[in-house]
Amino acid sequence: MDPTRPPTEQEKFGRHRPLTDRDAHEINRVEELSYDLKVREVMAANVITASPDMPMSGVLELLRTNRISGAPVVDGETLVGIISLEDIVRALQKNELSEPVHKYMSTQLVTAHCTDSVVESIKTFTEKGLGRLPVVDEDNKLKGIITKGDITRGILLAVQHDYKEEEVRRYRVSHLFEDIISDRTTLVLRYNIKAGDFTHGGNASSHIKRALLRLGADQKLARRCGIAAYEAEMNLIIHTSKGGILKLEVEPHKITLSTTDDGPGIANIEQVLQPGYSTATDKVREMGFGAGMGLVNIQKCVDKMELDSAPGKGTKLVMRIIVPPETLNSQKG
Amino acid sequence: MNLQTIIDELELTILTTPQDFTSITPKGGYTSDLLSCVMAGAKSGNIWVTLQAHLNIVAVASMLDVAAVIITEDAQPDSATIAKANDQGVIMLSTPKPSYEICGTLWQMNLR
Repeated sequence: MDPTRPPTEQEKFGRHRPLTDRDAHEINRVEELSYDLKVREVMAANVITASPDMPMSGVLELLRTNRISGAPVVDGETLVGIISLEDIVRALQKNELSEPVHKYMSTQLVTAHCTDSVVESIKTFTEKGLGRLPVVDEDNKLKGIITKGDITRGILLAVQHDYKEEEVRRYRVSHLFEDIISDRTTLVLRYNIKAGDFTHGGNASSHIKRALLRLGADQKLARRCGIAAYEAEMNLIIHTSKGGILKLEVEPHKITLSTTDDGPGIANIEQVLQPGYSTATDKVREMGFGAGMGLVNIQKCVDKMELDSAPGKGTKLVMRIIVPPETLNSQKG
Repeated sequence: MNLQTIIDELELTILTTPQDFTSITPKGGYTSDLLSCVMAGAKSGNIWVTLQAHLNIVAVASMLDVAAVIITEDAQPDSATIAKANDQGVIMLSTPKPSYEICGTLWQMNLR
């Protein structure tokens, strides 16, 4: 570490800073990238090389003028060795700078393959304590050279690219309310929920949560809406005869979630609002539903809940969430 | 304490695609087999201990951003459940031990 440089946050606090969800996501992405990125995508392709027959003094000149500490040795295009400053020092000690490179070069080569994932090179760097690896193709022809710095740069570029894509997407969506001018703009998302479709249970609400995040909602708001939507979605799956519709309406200052179905309807509304009251069948209870807490949870998550139902007709559940100023704000993008 | 330490200590089986668990630091835990209770009680980053193993736990775990789900008493999720978990980035672990014992050990390990 350069002593004149102030320490980074990471160096100062080590890894004690608690990991947030976002960090975890980003770490996973970096890890994913180290598998996705190939050595040839991040390596330096224009390599300064030495030939086996050139004198050691020539290598010294080569390293000095290019300000590098070592170079791969190639015969034609084939990698045959690697020569470094240390080898030159050894030659100097014996006063043999006029001897050819092949006498001093190291031939026990650790290489990277150009089609390898960069994670392979990371492993090699760690295991062998090396700083750079010559990159070869299947015929052992030199294609480039890779350093830890190349890998870091490659991953950073890829992450930045990802980040920009999501930012652009978010930016476009969150400007919806600014760019489209009307007296009252509402974005409506409708999901058809099938009765008894436990296989897709929760899909609509997870789409709703993601849509709100894209619209610029913060994690907390997206989570509240997601939980309310989930409970309402599961109610349609568990309790209706023919399913129903889950609807999300987003306005700049208000979010409305609602479900409508055409039966069987609720006889006693006060009763269904009691915590723990449930009409779920044993089969559904075995799956962990029917705790009688669904509507109670919804009430906790939303600002206003209205339940309207009549037996034989159907049920309409409306949930309203007031968006605090600045939370779903297009200016913040 | 990272997730890898928890996996090693509790001898958990990894059901979803392995990843670098040392980079995940769970914060506290929650246990219940009633999904609505989990929805109301579990926090983001928690470890969720349950003996439910069917498809719908994935939606709950993903909605709440839990750090991992530990499925107890050898309850086996089917391949569709594991596939959905992988798809939504939900980590699923399994153990033959009962929920009570798993929670007790996690508490002792200071995951509170």
